[in-house]
Amino acid sequence: MSRALWILAVLLSHWRRHPMQLATLLIGLISATALWSGVQALNAQARSSYDRAAATFGGARTAMLVGRDDAAFPQALFVELRRAGWNVSPVLEGRIQIGGRAFRLLGIEPVTLPGEVGDAPTVGRSGLQSFVTPPGEMLVAREVLTDLNLPEGARPSTSSGTLLPPLRVQSQMAPGVLVVDIGIAQQLLNMPDQMSRLLIGKTKGPRAALEAVAGDRLLLVEPDAESDLERLTDSFHLNLTAFGLLSFVVGLFIVNSAIGLAFEQRRPMLRTLRACGVSARMLNAVLVIELVALALIAGVMGLVCGYFIAASLLPDVAASLRGLYGAQIPGQLTLRSEWWIAGLAISVLGALAAAAASLLKAARLPVLVAAQPQAWQQAQQRWLILQSAVALAVFATAGFLLWYGDSLLSGFAVLAALLLAAALMLPAILERVLSLGQRSARRPLAVWFWADSRQQLSGLSLALMALLLALAVNVGVGTMVESFSRTFVGWLDGRLAADVYVSAKDDAQATAIRAWLRARPEVEAILPGGRADAQFRGAPIEVLGLPDHATYSEHWPLLESSGNAWVRLRPGDTALISEQLARRLKLGLGDRIEVPAPGGNWPLEIVGIYADYGNPKGQITVNYAALTRRFPGIPATRFGLRVAPPEIPALLSAMREKFGLGDRSLADQATMKAESKRIFSRTFAVTAALNTFTLGVAGIALLTSLLTLSNSRLPQLAPLWAIGITRRRLAAIELVKTMSVALITALLALPLGLLVAWCLIAVVNVKAFGWRLPFHVFPLQLLELLGVAMAASLLAALLPVLKLARMQPASLIKIFADER
Amino acid sequence: MLSVRNLTKTYRSAGEQVAVLRGVNLDISAGERVALTGESGSGKSTLLHLIAGLDAADGGEITLADIAVADLGDAGRAELRRDRLGLVFQQFNLIPSLNVEDNLAFQSRIAGRHDAVWHAELVERLGLAALLQRYPEQLSGGQQQRVAIGRALATKPLLLLADEPTGNLDEATADEVLALTRDLVARTGCGFLMVTHSERLAATLDRRIHLHAGLIA
Repeated sequence: MSRALWILAVLLSHWRRHPMQLATLLIGLISATALWSGVQALNAQARSSYDRAAATFGGARTAMLVGRDDAAFPQALFVELRRAGWNVSPVLEGRIQIGGRAFRLLGIEPVTLPGEVGDAPTVGRSGLQSFVTPPGEMLVAREVLTDLNLPEGARPSTSSGTLLPPLRVQSQMAPGVLVVDIGIAQQLLNMPDQMSRLLIGKTKGPRAALEAVAGDRLLLVEPDAESDLERLTDSFHLNLTAFGLLSFVVGLFIVNSAIGLAFEQRRPMLRTLRACGVSARMLNAVLVIELVALALIAGVMGLVCGYFIAASLLPDVAASLRGLYGAQIPGQLTLRSEWWIAGLAISVLGALAAAAASLLKAARLPVLVAAQPQAWQQAQQRWLILQSAVALAVFATAGFLLWYGDSLLSGFAVLAALLLAAALMLPAILERVLSLGQRSARRPLAVWFWADSRQQLSGLSLALMALLLALAVNVGVGTMVESFSRTFVGWLDGRLAADVYVSAKDDAQATAIRAWLRARPEVEAILPGGRADAQFRGAPIEVLGLPDHATYSEHWPLLESSGNAWVRLRPGDTALISEQLARRLKLGLGDRIEVPAPGGNWPLEIVGIYADYGNPKGQITVNYAALTRRFPGIPATRFGLRVAPPEIPALLSAMREKFGLGDRSLADQATMKAESKRIFSRTFAVTAALNTFTLGVAGIALLTSLLTLSNSRLPQLAPLWAIGITRRRLAAIELVKTMSVALITALLALPLGLLVAWCLIAVVNVKAFGWRLPFHVFPLQLLELLGVAMAASLLAALLPVLKLARMQPASLIKIFADER
Repeated sequence: MLSVRNLTKTYRSAGEQVAVLRGVNLDISAGERVALTGESGSGKSTLLHLIAGLDAADGGEITLADIAVADLGDAGRAELRRDRLGLVFQQFNLIPSLNVEDNLAFQSRIAGRHDAVWHAELVERLGLAALLQRYPEQLSGGQQQRVAIGRALATKPLLLLADEPTGNLDEATADEVLALTRDLVARTGCGFLMVTHSERLAATLDRRIHLHAGLIA
């Protein structure tokens, strides 16, 4: 044991003498672990929220009976099933609005609620009396109180003016969900004696066959391990994971380069240790122990950084998930012990993977210095040919996946293969460019410049690969976001067609406002709007009602339409559908669909397809009058106004004064657009932050490679100094060399980035979100990124170059005194 | 103590087999100091490496203190070097990240045979007292070689093997280093086999053997 400790002490003494190398290694491991664990913390936080939502009183995790076409069914069926031996408990689900915000309302029956359903028993039975007897209680998560700005025990009203039961906080509840007794829910949703589903508990004793009791009116739905929200948000989390993985890989490049250099520098030490009687097995074991110890230290530091990264990104992630999918994520980070263990494990595994080549070399290290007649160029050439062959094979794989792949995962696999192949190809391309430069050079110093750049390539190639990947991803994601931004703004201009938007607190106020507006000469038109929720082919959809008005036919953008789509909408037997619904269900113009409505299925023909960016649900748009006929219970509290722009401020002031409407209830078009754009920007704030992190890590990779290389380069530079080239000039040459290879890399990253953008837009986005954007190239943005990359490279190159310029002659003389 | 019998070693170079050692026989008894001379490429260093277990022979036997080197695996050879041999190289091969004191004590510590009194004596005899906190790069060649000799003798080995230990030193320093080595070898009573090109230095040891074309001349 003490022998191993002694050997470990000797190995560690290397780091004491080379603190910069140790810092490089730790920085690489810390960045890799921090970004990876940060992203994992965000994903875990979101997933635990989905679990809470899914486990709330019979989400997807519970077996249940539902009505055909997901329609509500009569309460009598519940009674009949209980009598027939079925241990079922009813749930009624709907949406209500409080203070202009929509909430999911669940009505439960606490006495029959099965014990295995979420946290139901503690909720229901502890305060059973107060829960079921009027005025009852409304169970909510603490976040709901914050959202509504109300204290516990307060009784809010719905937008239609109905007084709700007092709010009671229940810690296990998901945000955005309100739970009441089913009797209260039936009143609030105006669905007397109706139920949405029956949760099935463990049955003791015999029970009759379902068909014998309910005929074909009910369907048995088996529990699902994955909730709808999990499925919907998979793409977002995959996106985050992909970024985390990219940063992790870039971080490992740093680790690999630091360990590789340390191995080269320690090679004589390892031989001496072997010569002094340390067995190969012992030496390798201690090398692994040393690496694991360093990885654990860096892992802990990386986890702390990861926690702060996750905590700083969480508000934006929560906003993105709310904006994109309507998922409610608490804004506070909670971490479980598994996260810490997994973070340390990934740090250790990453370090071992990055050090694999060096450890293998150490294991095969001959005790005697073998003659190495092989020239550097020969060895490098062989390696480059091999690497290029692998790159071509990976390119071919990317092409194959692009052609045959049909899933989001295959989309990401195409991206990964493309980036990997380009990274592998980079050294060969750089070698080719540099050898062309060498051939064209005439003056001795110029020839040395190119030749030495080629020789430096093997030491720098990993860092340059990291730079290529980070830049390409930045270009790709930047182009995608900018394309999205432009398309979104254009789309918003069309979609926000009305000049003023009004949301009354209840139907009575809406009627009063409409009557008042009709008397105002500046109001050119009142455009009523309505929205109903429905289940369509197993997924929730929105049915949107638009009035028959020129505002829509002139402004509302349609991607595809049959002739006179807006005119054909009038009778109420046709519909426009959103792009994501069309793609998901493979629907096209002329197809016929049936939407479940309270009075029975509503047959509709599709006459148009429109973009509906940012909406997680599918949407069907119909004539407003037809919607109110089919869904009589929908609130008529929202409407738009057409007003001449100069009259808008005065009208808004008058409405605020007359009806006491706040900012949430009354907004002009400009405010709505600004708000939408703000939400849009926040949605991509996480992407932008991760983009910056990745580029930063790539910059560190370049800096550390240059720093670690700078010492080993002295034998190459000292002879030039000896023959009369000043240190300052040598430093300038070194700077130009680094900047040249960085520039070539950055120029190669631009087309690669555009290819990545195309993949994101044409493959990944379509699979992930259901919409496809037009592809644009933004030359100014590319120039800006090129500038950033060159500035990062300059910063990275500056430190080692300054070190060289200020180097004492004694350090250079030593090269000739002892080249060991 | 050391017995070498019919030792052969062949290398492949440029597609041809080159017989470096062609049946070498050699005996060294405890406390004996032997110089091994010969032209470049005569197999001197190869013989030394084979005795140290740094390389494996093609044929023949090496026995050190009744241990057949050929029978040992990697771990056994490492143990042999650690516990029973001391090695000194032309290039000093000190551990650059350890200071003089730690370099000196390194082998004895990993062998579990560190003797503080002997360590102090070595420091004094080798004249290293003022240099203990210095690192190898801060020492002259002669100083580095003195540390290397101290490290090799710190375990009080059975046999000290030195491959051109003065090859990188000027004449005066070489004489000084070798004189010190001889004294310390005498003090420990270990055997000493030194590869050298120098006839003058070889003459200062008890016996001189000459290797020519892979055979003891």
